Amino acid sequence: MPALKPSSILGLLVLSLFILIAIFAPWLAPHAPDQTLGMSWDLPGPNAILGTDNLGRDLLSRLIWGTRVSLGVTALAALVAFAVGCTLGFIAGLRGGWLDQVISRCNDIVMAIPTLILALIVLAVLPKTIPVLTLVLGLLESTRVLRVARSLAVDIGVMEFVDVARLRGESLGWILWHVILPNALQTLIAEFGLRFIFILLFLSALSFLGLGIQPPTADWGGLARDNKDGILFGVWAALVPGGAIAVLALAVNAVADWLMSGTTRVWGRKG
Amino acid sequence: MSLLTVTKLSVVSAGKNPRTLVDNVSFTVKCGEVLGLIGESGAGKSTIGLAILGHCRQGMRIETGSILFNGQELTTLSDRRLRQVRGRHIAYVAQSAGAAFNPAITLGEQVIEAALRHKVYDRQQAQAKAIELFELLGLPQPQQFYQRYPHQVSGGQLQRAMIAMALCAGPELLIFDEPTTALDVTTQLGVLKAISDVIRISGVAAIYISHDLAVVAQISDQIMVLQQGKTVEQAPVEQLLTQPQQDYTRRLLHAQGEVKTPQAGEALVALFIDNISARYHAQAVLQNVSLTLPRGRTLAVIGESGSGKSTLGKVICGLLSPEAGEVSLERQTLPASLRQRSRTQLRDVQLIHQIPDTALNPKERVGSQIARVLACFSDLSRSQRDTRVSELLAQVGLHAELAERFPSALSGGQKQRVCIARALAAQPKLIVCDEPTSALDPLVARDVLALLRKIQQDTGISYLFITHDLQVVREIADDVAVLKAGRIVRQGPVASTLVEPLDDYTRELLRSVPEMRVGWLEETLTA
Repeated sequence: MPALKPSSILGLLVLSLFILIAIFAPWLAPHAPDQTLGMSWDLPGPNAILGTDNLGRDLLSRLIWGTRVSLGVTALAALVAFAVGCTLGFIAGLRGGWLDQVISRCNDIVMAIPTLILALIVLAVLPKTIPVLTLVLGLLESTRVLRVARSLAVDIGVMEFVDVARLRGESLGWILWHVILPNALQTLIAEFGLRFIFILLFLSALSFLGLGIQPPTADWGGLARDNKDGILFGVWAALVPGGAIAVLALAVNAVADWLMSGTTRVWGRKG
Repeated sequence: MSLLTVTKLSVVSAGKNPRTLVDNVSFTVKCGEVLGLIGESGAGKSTIGLAILGHCRQGMRIETGSILFNGQELTTLSDRRLRQVRGRHIAYVAQSAGAAFNPAITLGEQVIEAALRHKVYDRQQAQAKAIELFELLGLPQPQQFYQRYPHQVSGGQLQRAMIAMALCAGPELLIFDEPTTALDVTTQLGVLKAISDVIRISGVAAIYISHDLAVVAQISDQIMVLQQGKTVEQAPVEQLLTQPQQDYTRRLLHAQGEVKTPQAGEALVALFIDNISARYHAQAVLQNVSLTLPRGRTLAVIGESGSGKSTLGKVICGLLSPEAGEVSLERQTLPASLRQRSRTQLRDVQLIHQIPDTALNPKERVGSQIARVLACFSDLSRSQRDTRVSELLAQVGLHAELAERFPSALSGGQKQRVCIARALAAQPKLIVCDEPTSALDPLVARDVLALLRKIQQDTGISYLFITHDLQVVREIADDVAVLKAGRIVRQGPVASTLVEPLDDYTRELLRSVPEMRVGWLEETLTA
């Protein structure tokens, strides 16, 4: 592990805070997410610390429950992206030849279509349930992971220890799992951090456009959409979820930076 | 008058437990004099070379001592002042020219950069100077060479271009950090000639760093032997070679082991290579190569780089399918491709690579890498495998507790021993050794060769030994085959093949191996 810098410590702290909030949402939130407390956009008071939203629900409670939904869906989608992207990318990079061409060119075609528009079309057709949403996000983002995984596999695949494994008659699966993955892991973890943020932004954008998480379930993008009209009246409720997204993005970036700083790999260097 | 005076220089690694990398080293270099620094890797040679440029690698610092250059103390100089010295007055020639050049800029522009930056010449003068240097260094068509990009020239030419780059601003001191180590012998000869010419003609002082005593002896006036950061001995070349005072120097001088006595009598054929041709895409690499290797013997395959030696090894192992021809092991034809080979066939042929760093998975413990071979090729239980791993490590002269380490915690020699143990774990009939000692220091290399010989005596294994080092051939091989541009030009027992009358190519190979005596370079070049 690379040495900790102040920025990475701060990032780790903020990130763990968000994760704890997501896990312990039912105990932390003062109210149920869909319980109406008062009028639209009430000012902060003892009952609602951050005030109420457009329908008079407690903003803080919705933000806390929203953390759980946003982070949960994002994390699952990122896992899907990495499972699919790494498997296909590793195979393409290690096997090369026509298989690499087929996988990489198909990937290029998907990447050529603007992601948001593709997602809008797909989600307009499919039912907008959370599993479908997770899968769509994960698959769309897996194209980026595939590129990184493929180039890592090409890099590692030319190393002689991979030849040694081949000479032993090891299967492709064994080589991927026992040789390529451990050597690619650190870079992939750092990449996971970056992808996580992109998926979160993507999910929030979809929710904001009404094709993501469906009401009444609270999530950050949806919160911003519900309260955006308040901005006209000087109500800052819409800025709260926006702030949360920004803080989390900075925190994850700081952590990813820290992990990346240790991935300079120089093979077979002689002193 | 002395140009450079280094007094009691100590460099330590910063960090939790500081290690002394250079310990109290003192020397002087006079104008026009060449000092050779010699020692194994980790002896602190490069660290000293860089310290003279006022530079320390990351995580190191100069603790004490003074470096006096032209009456100027370098250790206390500010970065800005240091930049005025670097490149202008002291220049550096690194080991791997390939990594030192920017691939996107022409060689000529990179060569004149320092001279322009230090305002020694204007652009036109600098270009003229660069072309003059290219000519002096024996580069073909200097005018065109100026316009070439790094990927368009050979390794030896690139190394010479780097020497031109160092010389262009007219420095008083040159530091050569293993400039020929990455080159093969015939190329090395040309670069050594270029270096010695340049030093003689320009009268520049130099520090020549190498682990090859025979090379240093050709270039230097004085030699300093280093071991683990300490000075072992310093003397004029003649004196050091003829009357070494220290035991370590004596061992370096006799790093070459005994010559192998060829085994008498007929033996069964272990490996038979029949008329193999192979190509990479459009380029033919091997053409109609046929070889036989008797059981329990060693066949050395020699040739300059690009002659197809390593490709031959790949074909035998099944990593590359030949275009035509067959490989058979103990009268059984081996399928061309790895996938078609049976488990026993895979087990019978093992490979030892040139660079142990890249042949071991850096993220897997050493013991587990050896145990995996056992799991693939034997029915041993988990605990039996662990016992066997300890036995194998003991067989190659390593302590059993090394099994728990990752490769990064081992020295180069230890890593190569692990690779040998891993190959032995399969109990193969043939091991293809692809230059297994060329990346190792001479003393370590000698031990590894002795180990390979001992294993052959004990187990009756056969080796196909790929190398460009003729000394290694004499130490380990019974038979030898000389490969040139993918064809066998000569083969037979070592004793009767590498003697006169020779063909030009083999003679060139033989005479390019530096000998450990003063004046070898001049004799070779005038011959």
